[in-house]
Amino acid sequence: MKDFAALFNAIDQSTKTTVKVAALADYFANAAESDRVWTIAIFSGRRPKRAVTTTRLREWAAEVADIPLWLFEEAYPIVGDLAETIALVLPPPDETSDLGLTRWINTLRALADVEESARKVVVLEAWRTLDPTQRFLFNKLLTGGFRIGVSQKLMTRALARATGGDEAEMAHRLMGDWNPADVTWHSLIEAADPAANASRPYPFYLAYALESEPENLGKPEDWQAEWKWDGIRGQLILRDGQHFVWSRGEELMTNRFPELARARDFIPDGTVLDGEILAWGDGVPQNFNVLQKRIGRKTVPKKLLKDAPVILYAYDLLEWQGQDMRDTAQKDRRALLEKLCKGLPEDAPIKLSPTVAFDDWRALAQTRSNAREAQAEGLMLKRRDSPYLTGRKKGDWWKWKLDPLTIDAVMIYAQAGSGRRANLFTDFTFAVWNGNDLVPFTKAYSGLTDEEFRKITAWVKKNTVQRFGPVRSVTPHHVFEIAFEGIQASSRHKSGVALRFPRMSRWRRDKPLQEANSLDDLKEMLKTYG
Amino acid sequence: MSVLTFTPDGIYCAAGDFYIDPWRPVPRALITHGHADHARWGMGNYLASDIAAPVMRHRLGDIALDTITYGERRVIGDATVSFHPAGHVPGSAQIRVEVAGEVWVASGDYKVVDDGLSTPFEPVKCHHFITESTFGLPVFRWQDQAVIATQINDWWAGCAAAGKTAFLGCYALGKAQRLMSMLNPEIGPILTHTAIENTNAVMRDQGIDLVDTIRADADLTPKDHPGALVLAPPSALGSAWARKFGARETAFASGWMAVRGIRRRRAGDRGFVISDHADWVGLLSAIKETRAENIYVTHGYTDIFARYLNAEGWTAEVVPTEFGGDEAEDAA
Repeated sequence: MKDFAALFNAIDQSTKTTVKVAALADYFANAAESDRVWTIAIFSGRRPKRAVTTTRLREWAAEVADIPLWLFEEAYPIVGDLAETIALVLPPPDETSDLGLTRWINTLRALADVEESARKVVVLEAWRTLDPTQRFLFNKLLTGGFRIGVSQKLMTRALARATGGDEAEMAHRLMGDWNPADVTWHSLIEAADPAANASRPYPFYLAYALESEPENLGKPEDWQAEWKWDGIRGQLILRDGQHFVWSRGEELMTNRFPELARARDFIPDGTVLDGEILAWGDGVPQNFNVLQKRIGRKTVPKKLLKDAPVILYAYDLLEWQGQDMRDTAQKDRRALLEKLCKGLPEDAPIKLSPTVAFDDWRALAQTRSNAREAQAEGLMLKRRDSPYLTGRKKGDWWKWKLDPLTIDAVMIYAQAGSGRRANLFTDFTFAVWNGNDLVPFTKAYSGLTDEEFRKITAWVKKNTVQRFGPVRSVTPHHVFEIAFEGIQASSRHKSGVALRFPRMSRWRRDKPLQEANSLDDLKEMLKTYG
Repeated sequence: MSVLTFTPDGIYCAAGDFYIDPWRPVPRALITHGHADHARWGMGNYLASDIAAPVMRHRLGDIALDTITYGERRVIGDATVSFHPAGHVPGSAQIRVEVAGEVWVASGDYKVVDDGLSTPFEPVKCHHFITESTFGLPVFRWQDQAVIATQINDWWAGCAAAGKTAFLGCYALGKAQRLMSMLNPEIGPILTHTAIENTNAVMRDQGIDLVDTIRADADLTPKDHPGALVLAPPSALGSAWARKFGARETAFASGWMAVRGIRRRRAGDRGFVISDHADWVGLLSAIKETRAENIYVTHGYTDIFARYLNAEGWTAEVVPTEFGGDEAEDAA
């Protein structure tokens, strides 16, 4: 595990992508092959099944550290990571072991087949013989959730560098349902893979937010406007009689949206579409809450397919008749796309995302203000004569979102963050007035500057009323403006509402407590926008 | 009435009519050490250890400051006071106050390991002990100073080999000089930010033996000092001054670096776990050695630490602290 720990340290000690990639590439070139495969598996979220409950781990760690369990439980939220808390409280190791990563993983996999008492012996032995970094990694393997600043993309790049292969091809090799216990380095990384080319997506073009008035973009006739949808950006690839659906994060989502398979019935091979995956019903896009039910599900039960069917709302054509169309002007790509979609039957899972006609910017601003009624977040503006660029670039595409909804609320609970935000109070619960009572209605974690988080942290420490484990109730005093993108009725929340993307948009130090909004105000918003 | 009481102005001794490390201006202040959250401006009279005095004069200017040596006893009103080494920074003291046979010790900030620079911590027997708890959680356990020295020197040598300047963020008083004693000068020159070099000058003047350093002020030409390590207060690490050095790596030296999340929030390249405060083991051993039964816990994880002490048989209570803010975190 020393190689793996050295790799971890090299990655963890740097904030620079180049350094991380170099460390990974070096590891993939030199570590034992089985260790490389397990490393890929771990960094892409494939870990051995958890064999010990975290409750047991906490108890054993407290026992070995000779501290009461409650003290361990107090320290855990402050450190913010269970694996790390355990590694830190244990006394220094008696001796150091030098078993490889694969060997430790096999040890962990074998735990599933033995009694708990035997598991404890193995875990305690590991703790006794591993140095602090290795202990932390061992605990991470035990508890899962290996987020250590290595994205799949970074790892893919390093693999491409170590093997001289292509990054997109490497990304595809790592997709899908492979088991690190069954594959070899050769079969996973090196063996010929004829399917790789067919599935390869184009890099997405990503828009920047429009920050000034649209008048600054020039003449309206040079621009095309569309609704900006609140769904999942997706690329549908039809090649070699197969279809592939990619997310913006270059994740293969083909199996998550089986209804898109029928695209093959209507659209010719050699076509790639860019668009938004949306829940669809009654001839219109549905609220994001409906799509939410499909997110994170790798398999979809029949009932869900019926209750929350999806379509691809297409807005760009990247490949046509096997030709890369990205250098063709937006207006010409659009014309081809419209032609392609024209003949599609009503029940096809592909639909054309319409353009929004406008003659002058003022009229378009008026249209934009109705975006919520169209289940849209705002507008997209695309330059008619622009190519399809790669990545986030300024100039040709702009997103012109609606201003968020806002409400002024009172902070009533605070909790320390974890990971990078350990030791700072960053997670807050907010309330609105209901008569003389404060009713909690949302949590928010983001939107403040580091400086503001430091200030509010100092304040929370001095104004704690009561502690409930890691959560503190604080004196109601500070008013924050909470911005959010949508509001829904919810029976799971005491307030009766659930917000979409709530965040702190302003610390209203100017606003007295009594002037925060009320539950009636929220209900009014629910009526208007829900 | 207690020998020491906890008032909104700070720790007060009625028998001697003086305060220890007060937060607000008072006529008479006994100061444990020169850090800004302990030695504040505006007191009528100050009493501090002779070793701490020069830095306090440097920081607070023309103050009425009387000095006392470690172990020397002095009668103030009905109280007898003496100062004893706290091992935190050079000149730092635990203040022992005895009134009619009852002994209290206000320990200020302390660490129990010998850092090679400060007079080592000496346990003082007492009935009532006031302890800090900056690192009063079992997750904080320091490694030997020699181990950390190797880590820092290896990092520095790596930076030097890569043609980068190594920037090490640390507190100007105490931590900087301790780090200087740990550095291997064969690797390259040691440069210091003006805030640190000013403190160095004061300490050299009073006869404290420090390695040679070069003041990195506006006139310094960075490329004349290849392979250098620069000691600087954390606030200066992102400044225009630091950028002048071109390719560089940044590290922090603080006990907080033990926690990965905090290390990452600082967004430095490295974090070295070294503190001038006692770790969990150090706090408990210090408390045991005082033989005190009554413990007053201040500054840090007060609630948790006091709860633990109570569960282990002491009578512990939390006493209020005014928070030192970021500076306190940097100093740790």
